[in-house]
Amino acid sequence: MYRYDQYDHLIVRERIAQYRDQVARRLNDELTEEEFLPLRLQNGLYMQRHAYMLRIAVPYGLLSTAQMRMFAHIARKYDRGYGHFTTRQNIQFNWIELEQTPDILTDLASVEMHAIQTSGNCIRNITTDEFAGVAADEIMDPRPFAEILRQWSTFHPEFIALPRKFKVAINGAVEDRAAIAIHDIGLTLVKNEDGEVGFRFMAGGGMGRTPIIGSVIREFLPWQHLLTYTEAVMRVYNSYGRRDNKYKARIKILLKALGVEEFSRLVEEEWQDLKDGPETLSREEYDRVAAYFEAPAYATLDDSNPLLAHPDNKAFGNWLNRNVKPHKVPGYASVVLSLKKTGVPPGDATAEQIDFVADLADKFSFGELRVTHEQNLVLADVKQSDLFEVWTLAKSKGLATPNIGLLTDIISCPGGDFCSLANAKSIPIAAAIAERFDNLDFQHDIGDIELNISGCINACGHHHVGSIGVLGVDKDGSEWYQVSIGGAQGKDAAIGKIIGPSFSGGQMPEVIDRLLQVYVQNRFEGERFVETAQRLGIAPFKEHVYATPISKGELVGEDHA
Amino acid sequence: MLEVVHEQIIRGREVVADDWRVLRLEENETPEGVVVPEGKVIVPLSVWLAQKETLSQRAELGVWIAADERFEALKGDADRFAVIAVDFPKFSDGRGYSIAFNVRKRLGYTGELRAIGDVLRDQLFSMSRVGFNAYATRKDRSIHDALKGLTVFSETYQASVDQPLPLFRRKERDVPLEHSDVGAGI
Repeated sequence: MYRYDQYDHLIVRERIAQYRDQVARRLNDELTEEEFLPLRLQNGLYMQRHAYMLRIAVPYGLLSTAQMRMFAHIARKYDRGYGHFTTRQNIQFNWIELEQTPDILTDLASVEMHAIQTSGNCIRNITTDEFAGVAADEIMDPRPFAEILRQWSTFHPEFIALPRKFKVAINGAVEDRAAIAIHDIGLTLVKNEDGEVGFRFMAGGGMGRTPIIGSVIREFLPWQHLLTYTEAVMRVYNSYGRRDNKYKARIKILLKALGVEEFSRLVEEEWQDLKDGPETLSREEYDRVAAYFEAPAYATLDDSNPLLAHPDNKAFGNWLNRNVKPHKVPGYASVVLSLKKTGVPPGDATAEQIDFVADLADKFSFGELRVTHEQNLVLADVKQSDLFEVWTLAKSKGLATPNIGLLTDIISCPGGDFCSLANAKSIPIAAAIAERFDNLDFQHDIGDIELNISGCINACGHHHVGSIGVLGVDKDGSEWYQVSIGGAQGKDAAIGKIIGPSFSGGQMPEVIDRLLQVYVQNRFEGERFVETAQRLGIAPFKEHVYATPISKGELVGEDHA
Repeated sequence: MLEVVHEQIIRGREVVADDWRVLRLEENETPEGVVVPEGKVIVPLSVWLAQKETLSQRAELGVWIAADERFEALKGDADRFAVIAVDFPKFSDGRGYSIAFNVRKRLGYTGELRAIGDVLRDQLFSMSRVGFNAYATRKDRSIHDALKGLTVFSETYQASVDQPLPLFRRKERDVPLEHSDVGAGI
């Protein structure tokens, strides 16, 4: 993985000094809260419902075990003993004191980490495929480009006060596990007819209150032009993006307003002066960065482990089916450690679990880890012969729930329990649904399904692209939940359709159950929920869900005014 | 309305005396009708465009560009101004950074480029990178404190106006591992 050189260290060190000074100026009122706000946000510090929340950058979700252990340290020393992994492949801590944030940054810098641009109206953490570099279906490793973009976007002087936040994702595989279509910029590594590498360049995707699938603004951009072309896109957005209304300020609104053709024309025009200029990537620079992502020293193995072909232990077999992913190197596999055990908020991990996962990675996966945008953790390079032992160990800490991609692998934002933006709680809804469908046989029968929950229209829980999406809304001071179906991320990304009037939190497990009944009764052999939903449309689902009254149900912690 | 003289601004990396005044239109004034006072005045872009013929006669003239105006309007004229200023209506409005970049890079302007409006210490480093070399910082804050904002970072990754080459073209950066054929996919 990428390691800091003297320049990265210098920039992060100077950043800490700058931020420490800003905090001091805020504390002695040289800076007003209004002035401090964008400064702290660009360092990932939010004021939440109860305390400050600090979001730490995990560039493209890749971590060393030393970095992972630092999270456990921060959880113990500065927080309440746990952290929350997010859909941005980052981690956040919810109980932080402002005065301590410069010290946390100093601790982070000791393991080559920071909180730069994890929030605010700037270019955010670049995300990618959690199986980058190891996926069996990979065309090219996106991580060197993600790192090149990370450096380029860090404190970019021109793009520190954009109209709104700006998110970039890169995919290098056949499948799209980076959800590029719902990003401000979504890049896919492709090869043209001559075998040259480049990007299929999308822009203008996003969720929030106006969910839009991104548009292709250039079918093929040779890789050397990645930075100059991105700069042109950013300048057009910075110059023309709306600033009168925060809800219409994302690039997707600009792109819709101008039309793809006019937007692309403006970008191309801007690009003419940058093209082939000094920011054009060189082969030397690519090689230098790519060297950090060189494959680890794999053993020469084959895929013939008999235990895996016919596991005699059903529980282990379930885990193999759901949580173990194919690897491009024979004899290896990638393991997803589920942070979705019933009863635990999705994405939460205790300091003990964090340390434990670091130990696992040291022992079984070359000392590296990844964070997924579904809020799980990945050991990317596990020998197939070690899988049984990894499973046994992970199980002992509640990290081996065999539910990856299933109903209880719920994506959920922190919601109203923590977030001051939220209109409704998310975690208790996720918990109630997880509890209702805890039966694994049932879940395995339902198969692949993405249940995504957001506590507000900002869509941190990616509800628009869930097979089932749940959105918390405020109605006359009460918390209600709007349900959509048929959303999808990945190559066939789609925005879900709302089935009808919203429900109370206590009704949600029954609503989900009724949706699943329609699916089970109508599915074709091998058809996933989302495919059935898209084939049938919302009508039969709507009819069944609203046919008879749904009992109010009970929801622990529900707070109806 | 003529904005009161700032008396002091930051020019380069120094606090210096300044006697330019900024003309801002009142609601009842029009670019065509407003009378531009004598002396060192920085006029709105719209006034320059409306009164180009008479204003061209002046020896010393400045112009300022609002955040929602386009730099292209000064094409061909940029070099005749002693000062080009860019207005920041709010410190969180970043359009002025792109305007400055383009005034330098696409108009080729080499004179004084001044940030005016809601200009605070924590913006100065970025402003200096995109081509500003003068800053009329907000008057309710110490300008000497603001000066510190210019020296936050001693190294940067990306190219901009102040530094035409990105870090990877300027410095020999470490290669971490024994170099192998890692770039073979390209």
